[in-house]
Amino acid sequence: MGNNLDALTTIFTEFYYWVTVVFMFLIHVGFCMYEVGVSRRRNHLHTLMKNTMLIPLVTITFYFFGWWLYWALPNGPFITGPLLFDAGAPNLPTSPTMAPNLQDHITGVFWAAFLLFSWTVASIVSGSLIERVKSGAFWIIAIMIGSVTWIIDAAWGWHPLGWMVKVLGYHDAYASGVIHAIGGGTALGVLIVLGPRLGRFTKDGRARVFVPHNPWLVTIGLFLIYTGFWGFYAACNVPIISPETIGGQITGGTWTATTIYLTPTTLGAITINFLMSLSGGLMVAYILSKGDPFWTYSGGLAGVITASAGNDLYHPIQAFFIGGLGIFIAYKLHYWVENKFKIDDAVGAVAVHGYCGFLGCVFAGFLLWGYPSSPYEGFATINPLGNTIGGVIMFFVLGFIPGWIAAKILDGLGLLRVPREVELMGLDFRTLHEEEEARQEVRDAEKAMV
Amino acid sequence: MGSTWAVDLANIGPVYPWVGAELIMVIVAIVAWILWHIVQIKEEENEYAEDIKKYGGKEGIKKALDEHPS
Repeated sequence: MGNNLDALTTIFTEFYYWVTVVFMFLIHVGFCMYEVGVSRRRNHLHTLMKNTMLIPLVTITFYFFGWWLYWALPNGPFITGPLLFDAGAPNLPTSPTMAPNLQDHITGVFWAAFLLFSWTVASIVSGSLIERVKSGAFWIIAIMIGSVTWIIDAAWGWHPLGWMVKVLGYHDAYASGVIHAIGGGTALGVLIVLGPRLGRFTKDGRARVFVPHNPWLVTIGLFLIYTGFWGFYAACNVPIISPETIGGQITGGTWTATTIYLTPTTLGAITINFLMSLSGGLMVAYILSKGDPFWTYSGGLAGVITASAGNDLYHPIQAFFIGGLGIFIAYKLHYWVENKFKIDDAVGAVAVHGYCGFLGCVFAGFLLWGYPSSPYEGFATINPLGNTIGGVIMFFVLGFIPGWIAAKILDGLGLLRVPREVELMGLDFRTLHEEEEARQEVRDAEKAMV
Repeated sequence: MGSTWAVDLANIGPVYPWVGAELIMVIVAIVAWILWHIVQIKEEENEYAEDIKKYGGKEGIKKALDEHPS
């Protein structure tokens, strides 16, 4: 920090990311409440702990190797250049900048902001698998997506110098593809191997409805996810930077906020578009689902997710209609896939995150066709083909395929799914049984005192 | 890091103990992480096996379903 203005800018940036991390924590609180609300009473604790424990596991592995991948792999490697050892070195767990260091205010909070994205992407998968996946298996899958596959996609398509940005003109400012499509794609890959919950489908193939045991917990959970999403949007930005620091084609001396690609935007722009896409999603989902709270709330989330790829640049009316169109398609596709392939996605995550995330990439490619993807010279402009290929990479190549392979391996080892008897008794059976015995013991003792 | 804050902060970098031993600390942490998974997976498998042995018969499952139907 050479002078007071530099110091102020640095401390502001440090505080800015720190605030986003606190906000994003609410996403995880929301996911936990949502999943527990959807699960049946005999599976509450297992559902809660399965999601909670991804926090420490993804955190330590993201510290060990996930963060390094982001800085080392923007070129592929070997697509647009080599492995970036020099850029990766300060982000290794052995680096003095990855610890309390008075010369570095930013690495810690920037790492934490990305880590919270990692929790989110793992949490997206978590909800789909409830009531039958073994915790140990899920946590391995959570580490795979939270500390490996999503951060590879971020290096490729969510880094100012990522090869997908350079070659494809890929634009995904608020992570339709890099977080949501990969989360939904991974969930789908695992679900195919895992299979539906016992009793979910009748013998003639009709889906039975597993009613959420607590709709209030579900809706409050989704409200909290909305709240945390504000922090997520802010965390996707660089809060303040000068054209000189960017070092690209921007002329003049006007400082600005930017997207992760270092393309200019404002917090005002993304705030209005967040709300308009949320509104589009909520309104369409309400009509589609005939006022069903689960789908209406999910529709709001789906609206934001679909518009996120281009919410730095869309007109608010565009964001509104994109949000509505996203949930319309995802809702229809969800039930078609459920009935056709007997996929039991307990929380609709494949639809809300996966299909909407993919669609968000495609829509941005068309609406922002011809816009610059980067402030640097020589990058492809945003285009439909590049963004569609990007969406396929996120959903299928880095999402579905690794999810399916990981699930196959875990299934082959007998580690994926809880035994049939335990699923029927309930995954909390032992705890509930022990609690009941403890209560009975107290009751017996009290009766003996009469 | 020395034993006093009477320093120019512009010259101070890492302030944690054992500077220079980061690699050893990371290796120990990675071993602990892998061991945690091994222990957790073994315990989970054992717990399910015990529950099935004790309560996994038809009557036991029906009783559990009656006690915790939803």
